[in-house]
Amino acid sequence: MATRVTMPSMGADMTEGTVARWLKKEGEAVKRGDKMAEIETDKTVVEMEAYADGTLLKVLVPEGRKVPVGQLIAWLGQPGEKVPEESGAPAGPLGPAARPAAPPPTSASAPSPVATRLAAASAPMPARPTPPSPPPTPVTEDGDRTKASPIARKLAEEQGIDISKVVGTGPGGRITRDDVLNYKPAPSLPSSSINRPAPKVIAQDIPLTSMRQAIARVTVRSKTEAPHFYVTVAVDMTDTMKFRQHLNEALAESGIKVSVNDMIIKASVNSILKHPKFNTSFAGDKLQGHADINIGIAIALEQGLIVPALLKCQGKSVVELSTMARDLGNRARGKGGTLSQQELTQGTFGISNLGMFDVVSFAAIIVPGQAAILATGTVKKTPVVKGGEIEVADIMHATLSCDHRVADGAEGAVFLTEIKRNLENPALLMV
Amino acid sequence: MAELTIRQAIQRGLEEALQNDPNVFIMGEDIGKYGGAYAVTSGFLEKYGPKRIKDTPISEATFIGAGVGAAAAGLRPVIEIMSISFSLVAFDQIVNMAANLRYMSGGQIKVPMVIRAPTGAGAQLAATHSQSFETWLAEVPGIKCVAPSTPADALGLLRSALSDGNTVIFAEPAQMYGVKGDVPDGRFTVPIGKASVQRSGGDVTLVSYGHGMRVLHSAAEDLAKRGIEAEVVDLRSLSPLDMDTIVASVHKTNRALTLDMARRTGGIMAEVAARLQEAASDWLDGPVARVGAEDVPWPYNRELEQEALPRVEDVLASLKKSYGI
Repeated sequence: MATRVTMPSMGADMTEGTVARWLKKEGEAVKRGDKMAEIETDKTVVEMEAYADGTLLKVLVPEGRKVPVGQLIAWLGQPGEKVPEESGAPAGPLGPAARPAAPPPTSASAPSPVATRLAAASAPMPARPTPPSPPPTPVTEDGDRTKASPIARKLAEEQGIDISKVVGTGPGGRITRDDVLNYKPAPSLPSSSINRPAPKVIAQDIPLTSMRQAIARVTVRSKTEAPHFYVTVAVDMTDTMKFRQHLNEALAESGIKVSVNDMIIKASVNSILKHPKFNTSFAGDKLQGHADINIGIAIALEQGLIVPALLKCQGKSVVELSTMARDLGNRARGKGGTLSQQELTQGTFGISNLGMFDVVSFAAIIVPGQAAILATGTVKKTPVVKGGEIEVADIMHATLSCDHRVADGAEGAVFLTEIKRNLENPALLMV
Repeated sequence: MAELTIRQAIQRGLEEALQNDPNVFIMGEDIGKYGGAYAVTSGFLEKYGPKRIKDTPISEATFIGAGVGAAAAGLRPVIEIMSISFSLVAFDQIVNMAANLRYMSGGQIKVPMVIRAPTGAGAQLAATHSQSFETWLAEVPGIKCVAPSTPADALGLLRSALSDGNTVIFAEPAQMYGVKGDVPDGRFTVPIGKASVQRSGGDVTLVSYGHGMRVLHSAAEDLAKRGIEAEVVDLRSLSPLDMDTIVASVHKTNRALTLDMARRTGGIMAEVAARLQEAASDWLDGPVARVGAEDVPWPYNRELEQEALPRVEDVLASLKKSYGI
């Protein structure tokens, strides 16, 4: 008995997902728990695990195809087992008079349903020999070939336009007549009179990985849906840096080392407990509250940025948070396990820290579904004025990006000041 | 100017010929007493008598052969085939005899005959009565082939056919006998071998003939709602083909779609599309869009028959695929 494999739900708000990559091939053995495919959602890319042992009998949804949650995407079963005749295509309602608007582009030569039905019905005189089904079309790389219609090429030549500079908007990216007619060359810069060879610029196209595509989608969504505003404070970390040094000396034997980021996490958790609004999601008609504080940590991987969350941070000590954060970071980099779907999708507040790059300050983009994200720069020895005297202090700039639908500037300022107060009074971090 | 149906226009052309030329006679199955399967020659027997209005047995090869002989001997026969599907029985007489005699006799023998035949699917006449063999006959050198889609063209083309020195296949869209239109008074003619631009537009050229014109005009209306102005061209004459008119239109629009209400494979529009890419490839903004009927025996079942016939949405989808419009 073959087992259905359907598009999994990776979160309550997920309605559809894309099969980014199949990790198993048809005919390959699969064990329960094996990674079968990479599923891309609006938020992230998650590996889908097999829920049963067997052989991947049939893949119904090709890579790159987006389908609704719950749709059949593959069959698992015993080797050689016949796949039940259940189509993976969406079962759209077809009225009695309805018919497909147009045949799919690749089946132009394949017989239509009518042809097939009639051919089957009139065996002695088949309508037309059924051609073998076409092999799956590979994603073709056109390489250097510029796809342009003949009239577009002709016009470009007449007008002295380099056709390769024109962006094609026709079917399949073909450069059309109108693309050439509407083409405006980029203004050319006045050339330098000094004759020296210009350095060669590497100008190769970089194909988008599925992660890059996901990041592009998520950030555009955030920046278009959530009106961001920004509040910045300078935090005097002098006492906290000292405190951290003492703490780590005391913990030296246990091997635990609390980082500046761990203390920022703790300060954020404390501040959220006091201002729970910053732990909500804008949900159209309400701000949806969350029972747990799940702090998303921006982690830069080689492939791109992910923001997995430390789950249930409320009531955790800074040392516990430190241990959790280290474990999360390791698993994000593929060491000692993988990230759970919850960790990947359930963050409620974000922290992004570029302190290791000698960055003074920056503004981060809010992860969709969260109310705010805190962006912190490096801790730097800085002259400050205290009690009329110039002193050297450990100063860190922190910028809160806030969804204006959730909170206003004054609220953001109050919340950020609370974080600052926590970070400037290390005793609070022990609460 | 008078408003006539295509049926009335053909009747007018035939009666004119019967009245003006004593050599003209009409022959075919059920054209006399019954008045014609599509009532085109209704009342003719009473008016012109059995010598000029001749009912025949079911014997297409024989009565077309007789027509070839009569034409060669100096008469001007007008033969009705009840359905162009039945022309198959007489292909030897049409293709081997009527089309070749003039050439093979070094011009000594002419065959000035008109073969009228209703054509096309859509009326649940099933596989053997619904075909469109004008697209086959258009390929044969030595005969001409026309198919009107308006009453004025029906009369004008029939006059030209009746004065042509060669055999002319006059294919009548069977579902369009009742189509009305203005027909000029006086003796105008429509030259064989000249297409007609029925609607002007600068954005895309839509080409068909006969039944296809109705689909193209609806498609043009839909396109106009989106600001796309289609130029709608009626071939009128399948042989000889007027590529000049089509190419001139494509020079203007840079996009072309051909519609064949006959089976898509090997239809006359396959030839039009091929010639377009030969003659105007530099002017095209994408592949010539082609729509045709399904390559199946015509179904009797109404749903299936309609499914096999091209529709407006097929035209629009094909344009989208070729040109993204």
